[in-house]
Amino acid sequence: MIDPAQNLDAERDVLIEGSQIRAIDRPGALATLASQASRVIDARGKILVPGLIDVHVHLREPGLEYKETIASGTRAAVLGGFTSVACMANTAPVNDSDEVTRFILEKACEAAQARVFPVGAVTLGLKGQALAEIGLMVEAGARAISDDGMPVMNSRLMRRAMEYARTFDIPLISHAEDLNLSRGAPMNEGAVSSLLGYRGNPAASEEIMVAREIALARLTRARVHIAHLSTKEGIAQVKRAKEEGIVVTAEVTPHHLLLNDEFVLKGRHSCVHHQMRSDYKMAPPLRTPADQEALLQALESGVIDLVASDHAPHGCVDKETEFEMAANGILGLQTTVPLLLDLVARGGLSLKRMIESLTTAPAKLLKLDELKIGKLLPGYEADLILIDLGREWTLTPDALASKSKNSPFLGRAFKGKVILTMMGGVIKQEETA
Amino acid sequence: MIPDSCLHIRGLSDDRIRSFLSLAVSIKRDPEKYSQTLKGKTVLQFFVENSTRTRMSFEAATRKLGGTSVVFAAATSSLQKGESLLDTIQTLCQYGIDGIVMRHSSGGSPEFVAGAVSVPVINAGDGQHEHPTQALLDAFTLLEHWKLEGAPKNSLNGKTVAIVGDILHSRVARSNVHLLARLGARVILCAPQTLLPSDLSLFPAVEIEHRLDSAIPQADAIMALRIQFERQDDSLIPSKREYRHFWGLTPERMAIMKNDAVVLHPGPMNRGLEIDPEVADSSRSLILKQVENGVWVRAAILAMLVGGVKP
Repeated sequence: MIDPAQNLDAERDVLIEGSQIRAIDRPGALATLASQASRVIDARGKILVPGLIDVHVHLREPGLEYKETIASGTRAAVLGGFTSVACMANTAPVNDSDEVTRFILEKACEAAQARVFPVGAVTLGLKGQALAEIGLMVEAGARAISDDGMPVMNSRLMRRAMEYARTFDIPLISHAEDLNLSRGAPMNEGAVSSLLGYRGNPAASEEIMVAREIALARLTRARVHIAHLSTKEGIAQVKRAKEEGIVVTAEVTPHHLLLNDEFVLKGRHSCVHHQMRSDYKMAPPLRTPADQEALLQALESGVIDLVASDHAPHGCVDKETEFEMAANGILGLQTTVPLLLDLVARGGLSLKRMIESLTTAPAKLLKLDELKIGKLLPGYEADLILIDLGREWTLTPDALASKSKNSPFLGRAFKGKVILTMMGGVIKQEETA
Repeated sequence: MIPDSCLHIRGLSDDRIRSFLSLAVSIKRDPEKYSQTLKGKTVLQFFVENSTRTRMSFEAATRKLGGTSVVFAAATSSLQKGESLLDTIQTLCQYGIDGIVMRHSSGGSPEFVAGAVSVPVINAGDGQHEHPTQALLDAFTLLEHWKLEGAPKNSLNGKTVAIVGDILHSRVARSNVHLLARLGARVILCAPQTLLPSDLSLFPAVEIEHRLDSAIPQADAIMALRIQFERQDDSLIPSKREYRHFWGLTPERMAIMKNDAVVLHPGPMNRGLEIDPEVADSSRSLILKQVENGVWVRAAILAMLVGGVKP
């Protein structure tokens, strides 16, 4: 059992009763109780960790159900080991009201897969003009606010949003991108964009906005979370802000850890095969190998707090098109664990930090402790998963529960897999050897 | 099997480049010999972005080889109704075509199409990426002028070519940098920093001269590029007046050229801006030669890729 929240890495037996963990003890200590259990799972040789938490996914419902639904997205979540996901507000209609927040929660309840924590919009319609009804959304169940890919350019409005978020003690998640600098750019600005003749999204576009968010966090004392950090200088700024005592946290995606802009050059163009060039198109864009290396170091050292998948399903119609017109983003829920295990195997990331970045750190951001979620302790929700580090497998389109198949990792061989996911005491997926 | 295409210069082998250029010499010398090369073949002229000279040039080349063109014009097509590029090309392919000549405003689109069809694709300019046939006809024109026909290896050793103007948005410049360097030329890019790509490290070695007055006396050939106003949504140059003052090919600048230096322009020209009439129409100008040679070079590419002519 690994639970970074308790600094625990030891062999343990767990007793689950109803939806909760009832007891945790040394191997064999619960033997008497186990004899009365309706089922005993032999997890020897596997790793037991808290159910994973992804603070950044796109479930596309309401409005874009051809890409994903709450049911298909949360199914992908449990298959990937996530028992809790926070979904972004860029649906149609936008989640900028308590009605939409409630709709999402009802759908999630019907689907009965992973827990869903809606992220409310910062501004009405993600338009960056007027604050959404943040308080009402929080009351309905939203646990953070973000305009994500439509970042608030107006610094005065962003200041107000941060102050207002403080009122309800929720984090404001910022997709840090200066849209004036990045306009029309389908990829990172650098040698590859120059070669291919694409407009570039310069690292400065992120750096400027990270600096602004930190300055506003200093001013407002709000909890600011930087989404999908992608640049070396962005990391340096977060590090300095933390040293100063500003409440800022940051996330990184698996694809920014595993890939860089040179993959855009390698991406094939065939529509028949997988791995089109557009499968390497996302916002923020894949940066340089130097940024990639810095991100991994920052995750390991804790400057970057957590990993979020930025699960972004898109249909063929959105991706099988001219690169500049293609939609941003790739799937993430079912590839996050195996990709991070790749990094662990290569030695760039410790298993403890990997688990922490997917459990303890995101639980802290969304304050899930008050819901008894995110730790393996008696009295907590029985959200837990088993990982088999030795399981070898290959990612195929059929294995993806998502309605979309936009992953550059299709066909990739992995070692290590989530083989059991339990949410609220119920096994949602289980694989036999 | 993926058919042999011509998508960008950086993807062409040295052998292939030499074959295109030497076949172009043969066709130009004896067009009659090749007049039936594309007999019974249909070439789709797939111009999703507007073009006059490149399209006419490819159509003329197809005609000279005895082939038939089917012309697609984006402005009157279902692309305007929102049909996707993929659906459009897969539909057009059902009409029985043997090759696609393609222009598109978005870089990489010919490669995208080449992955979806089973006939050769020839890139006639994609976004700001490459315009390989333009670079080949430019090289052909220079080699012909310098009597180096057939492009022996390193045939442009010792020659300096200055490319002047809007390099950032220019697919012509990108293809030329790759090709001229392959042929052994020294390449100078001359433009304000706002019109240069930010990172040239994946290109062959080039030199940067921000000031045209420093570049001109070194050059054996000066290639002026069109300022692309349709792409100028940014404030890249303060004014046309200022641009002409620093980077225009004026008669005064012609006076500081090497004695035998020549001038090229891929067209269409903005006369009085990047090039003055006195220069464009001077004896140094190879501009009309470029247009003429474009037909022969494109014919050579069509003959090899669509007609199956062996080098």
